[in-house]
Amino acid sequence: MSQQLYLSSSPHIHSGETTTKVMRAVIYSLLPACGVAVYFFGPSALSVLLIATLGCLATEVVCQRLMGQPVTIADGSAAITGILLALNLPPTSPWWLTLFGAVVAIAIGKQVYGGLGSNPFNPALVARVVLLISFPVQMTTWSAPALVGSGLDLVTTATPLGEWKNAVMLTGEMPTGLEGGLPSYFLGTMPGSIGEVSALALLLGAAYLFYRRILTWHIPTAFVGTVILLSGLFWLINPAKYPSPVFHMVTGGLILGAFFMATDMVTTPVSTRGMLLFGVGCWLCFISAGHAPMCFVAVPTL
Amino acid sequence: MSLKTFAGGIHPPDNKEWSAHKAIEDCPLPAEFIVPLAQHIGAPSVACVEVGQQVAKGEEIGSAKGFVSVPVHAPTSGEVVAVENRPHPWGTLLPAVVIKPDGEDRWSTELQPADPSELSADEMIEKVRLAGVVGMGGAAFPAHVKMSPPPEKKINTLIFNGVECEPYLTADHRMMLEEPERILQGAALLQYVLGAEQVVIGIEANKPDAIALFEKHCAGTPVEVMPLQVKYPQGAEKQLIAAVTGKEVPSGGLPMDIGVAVQNVSTAAAITDAVLYGRPLIERICTVTGPAIREPKNLRIRIGTPLSHLVEVCGGLVEEPGKIILGGPMMGFTQLGFDVPTTRGTSGLLLLRAEDVVSQPESPCIRCARCVQACPINLLPTTVAAYARRDLLAEATEYCAMDCIECGSCSYVCPSTIPLVQAIRYGKAAILAKKRSSQVS
Repeated sequence: MSQQLYLSSSPHIHSGETTTKVMRAVIYSLLPACGVAVYFFGPSALSVLLIATLGCLATEVVCQRLMGQPVTIADGSAAITGILLALNLPPTSPWWLTLFGAVVAIAIGKQVYGGLGSNPFNPALVARVVLLISFPVQMTTWSAPALVGSGLDLVTTATPLGEWKNAVMLTGEMPTGLEGGLPSYFLGTMPGSIGEVSALALLLGAAYLFYRRILTWHIPTAFVGTVILLSGLFWLINPAKYPSPVFHMVTGGLILGAFFMATDMVTTPVSTRGMLLFGVGCWLCFISAGHAPMCFVAVPTL
Repeated sequence: MSLKTFAGGIHPPDNKEWSAHKAIEDCPLPAEFIVPLAQHIGAPSVACVEVGQQVAKGEEIGSAKGFVSVPVHAPTSGEVVAVENRPHPWGTLLPAVVIKPDGEDRWSTELQPADPSELSADEMIEKVRLAGVVGMGGAAFPAHVKMSPPPEKKINTLIFNGVECEPYLTADHRMMLEEPERILQGAALLQYVLGAEQVVIGIEANKPDAIALFEKHCAGTPVEVMPLQVKYPQGAEKQLIAAVTGKEVPSGGLPMDIGVAVQNVSTAAAITDAVLYGRPLIERICTVTGPAIREPKNLRIRIGTPLSHLVEVCGGLVEEPGKIILGGPMMGFTQLGFDVPTTRGTSGLLLLRAEDVVSQPESPCIRCARCVQACPINLLPTTVAAYARRDLLAEATEYCAMDCIECGSCSYVCPSTIPLVQAIRYGKAAILAKKRSSQVS
């Protein structure tokens, strides 16, 4: 034999799927949400996205160089962390806050544990928790997308969820007209973090991941299903105080959380039963974070 | 109508179009036969001929030792030129009887046809054992053992495996198309021996011609033809049972524990030859295929034919192969060269080019769970493999490493190209070795 003859134990063929292809698909799936956010929030959202992504990539390079390891930013995982982090930040985040978050996500959230595949928590969410505790004012200043042509970039406002919480605390009743904005929130004028702006864009991306079989139905269904079931129960008991399940669906980051944050492969179970249980458990964090007045820290710890 | 199948599994490209339409050809005799004395699970046979001795086609040249063992026979008439260690498909040198054909291809006169109506079940089983019939799907487990379950294990369902789910291979497909009577005669004999009430022949839906032919032949007989969903490993014994009966073979158990017996369609044909004609298993259908061979074919080969002869008969190589595989691409064995012979389990010779051989470097597990979804027996391959690689054998056992059927679906789908089934295979061997050494001490 003139050339190399391979000997190996079976199987001798492979699907051709690679980690890099999986990561790239996740990046593609996030692009619609990024695009809508930049369209509605303008350059401020774009700069948060760029700083977070480039910050994550740079931190990964520095960490791996320092540890004498091969640099693996080409696998796309650091870029995903950057995009996810940006989607979890307000569009008004100052550059230093975003960059600090990116460094925390990769250095503390990922590389200290041994890099890709070894981290116990979603790195982007580790960064969000650190930022939320360190800079609560900047992290909870929300803006509504300004109307195109109004001459304004952003209008500072409360999120629908915050509005509801405040009203319930003050009056014990849901403010009137709160649910009137739902259709436009669904399309993309939702005041909140960059990634929350359009439930529709997020669902488009999620559909692509389902098609590529990167996302399985287990976690999103268990998560969203539990939220619908329980919020529906409260709503039926007292619709004057509690908003409908639809309200929860399009506000408060449920779609972003259920389809993109809670489904982080590395940190979630691999068995079917494990994924379903995990999805139900996510609801606990979600509800205690967003929907019990006074408590607003837990969402990021999904 | 939705077709029956099992849970899990994968859909690799089947690549059967290379050879599926090609009728079976008789492979001409090679210059020299190398008949290995070890060809299956169980004790190898022992040579009972001497160098210089003339043998007739079908004459016993290796005697069985023990119950899970069968004799080996001369593939043609000729002279024994050597009894020595030769390269074996298992990757080592093993004893073989080397025969130089005399060109007459003369049958042994001791082999006589029999009337099955005059034979008892035990006599039939003995004929199958003497003929050296083994499971021809690949594992080559002696057929007479499966035909003699202990009396308390009543076989209700007899399943014939015409699935052939390995990509590239078309040997069973051609056999079903060209020799359905031989298969069905064997099926009837086996049903008689085992006393099974239900007889099913399972065929994957990608062989509609074979399904139609068998439906025609089986009309008015007790044999039911069941088309099955196209999915790997549909032809694995436990997955086939799950698809046909909806029942699961218990962990560590055998099909007979739930009253089921499975035989390959080619094995059924070999049983016909053994019982009706007294002819031993000295030939089989083998698919020679792959992108590195000039003319893919389905050949009727004698056991002991060197691979180099098969390559020659199929028009030679298009280019030097990157991998020489005996069997299919999912569970076949790579070979060091073309000097090894075919055995009774050789369902195919697959020649891949260097560019077809994946050599993607391994990257860390991202816990994407594709291996879990692909596993046909519901294991967590990434977890079992991680334990096996760290020699944490107790943990690997706890996660059911020993239940792994080694189909390779997990490794096929892994985006990090982690050698999952390879690690589990290693773990299984280590667990067995540990068990044996603790029994000895």
